[in-house]
Amino acid sequence: MTRYSAFALAREAFRNHQGWGRAWRDATPKGHYDAVIVGAGGHGLATAYYLGKNHGIRNVAILEKGWLGGGNTGRNTTIIRSNYLQDPSAAIYEKSRSLYETLSQDLNYNIMYSPRGVMMLAQTEHEVRGYRRTAHANALQDVETRFIGPEEVKRLVPIIELKGPRYPVLGALWQPRAGTARHDAVAWGYARACSDMGMDIVQKCEVTGVRTEGGRVTGVSTTRGEIGCDKLGLVVAGHSGHLADMAGFRLPVESVALQALVSEPIKPCMDVVVMANTVHGYMSQSDKGEMVIGGGADGYNNYTQRGSFHHIEETVRALCETFPMISRLKMLRQWGGIVDMTGDRSPILSKTPVENCFINCGWGTGGFKAIPGSGWGFAELMAKGHSPLTEAFGLDRFREGRFVDESVAAGVAH
Amino acid sequence: MLILTCPYCGVAADETELHPGGEAHLTREGPESDDAAFEGYLFHRKNPKGVHFERWRHSHGCGKWFHAARCTVTLEVFGSYAAQTTEPPQEIREILTARRPGWDQEAKA
Repeated sequence: MTRYSAFALAREAFRNHQGWGRAWRDATPKGHYDAVIVGAGGHGLATAYYLGKNHGIRNVAILEKGWLGGGNTGRNTTIIRSNYLQDPSAAIYEKSRSLYETLSQDLNYNIMYSPRGVMMLAQTEHEVRGYRRTAHANALQDVETRFIGPEEVKRLVPIIELKGPRYPVLGALWQPRAGTARHDAVAWGYARACSDMGMDIVQKCEVTGVRTEGGRVTGVSTTRGEIGCDKLGLVVAGHSGHLADMAGFRLPVESVALQALVSEPIKPCMDVVVMANTVHGYMSQSDKGEMVIGGGADGYNNYTQRGSFHHIEETVRALCETFPMISRLKMLRQWGGIVDMTGDRSPILSKTPVENCFINCGWGTGGFKAIPGSGWGFAELMAKGHSPLTEAFGLDRFREGRFVDESVAAGVAH
Repeated sequence: MLILTCPYCGVAADETELHPGGEAHLTREGPESDDAAFEGYLFHRKNPKGVHFERWRHSHGCGKWFHAARCTVTLEVFGSYAAQTTEPPQEIREILTARRPGWDQEAKA
């Protein structure tokens, strides 16, 4: 692997950039691996990376039905934050946020992490109380957040309308070290590091069956042949239910469409991320100047990566109220992704009824921010059979009633 | 826009008039059931790629709950029917067999 550096840049500048190799190898699958990860999105690649880096398991294949990072990794609104209410959530999301801070150096790949700050607006008295409570909880969890008043909101976001027609801004939960990163680069950076460790990233390889013997996983059947493995990690977000079905167990997960859209690029006008959960909309400005906008998820099962128009309308209406100056903006693109929702809106990182088969899913509408922490914890779970980061997120929590209830704490938007 | 016909009032309602209610035909387990069965009733969902039976409420219309058969991959609607039943009625089954041969095998799996 060519190391990226100022020196490498200078060297290539002198030879017309002829020497840049491919960042990662598009492999053909071997017959057997120590571990197979299904899904080459952010979470799958991060899992493989930390399996190799932290646990020395490098005979690994990452299988992908489509192309690398082509699912929700390339479809999210790139927000990274860790201001969750419950301790297990704060632990894994804060681990993730702290890994993001140094991920560019760790991977030697610029993921463009921008700790610009994330603000969650409080627009009802209930939300004010809720976010004050979250700020206190975060203080105990070593997550730096604070509740700020409307004046400070206006100072940080001059384009905001504090006295909106329906819901005035009463304050906000402010996490100054949260922010955004380049989502594709996260996938590419992890892929490059995995490939460099000798792992095989196999694209256009759809898993069609999970092979077991005496309740223990032995491999997978794919459109590119049979692949044996000692350990199997399913990391396929919206399609988790489908794969669990192949392995012979059921999940407390439903797949629905979540949409986002971006505007035409405009001059810099907002240098923080603003989330307005009461009116269902959130927005940030990308480095190119586009306003990146997200909103609520649909309520019905869907695998089409297309969502309902009225949710887009609802989101845009909310944001026009909150930021009147964007009302004349043209929208460039709109798209959808299939997210896997659990009942308590917390993820599942767990062993399964099939021995040596592990599942990482249920990140719902907020998976991007969790990629490094999820990979870190899930790799530990796969390698050692337990991890302090994933302990609370087992499948058994539904039977035992130990929910990690974030559906109230996080509102609608993630 | 998803359009479902309410079997009670006959209105072809678009989705802004309706409220989704999740998987239909769940069996509520009785007091003798074990934890696993009750967990299944409360949380486990088929979440199929393909034919799905689900509950909808005509919330901005007659206000009644009904069932619909829909494909989650193509968004095709096969029909809707009254909620007072534990399984899809014969006419829905016939439509499904015509348009999605083998649907009942998948539904059992």
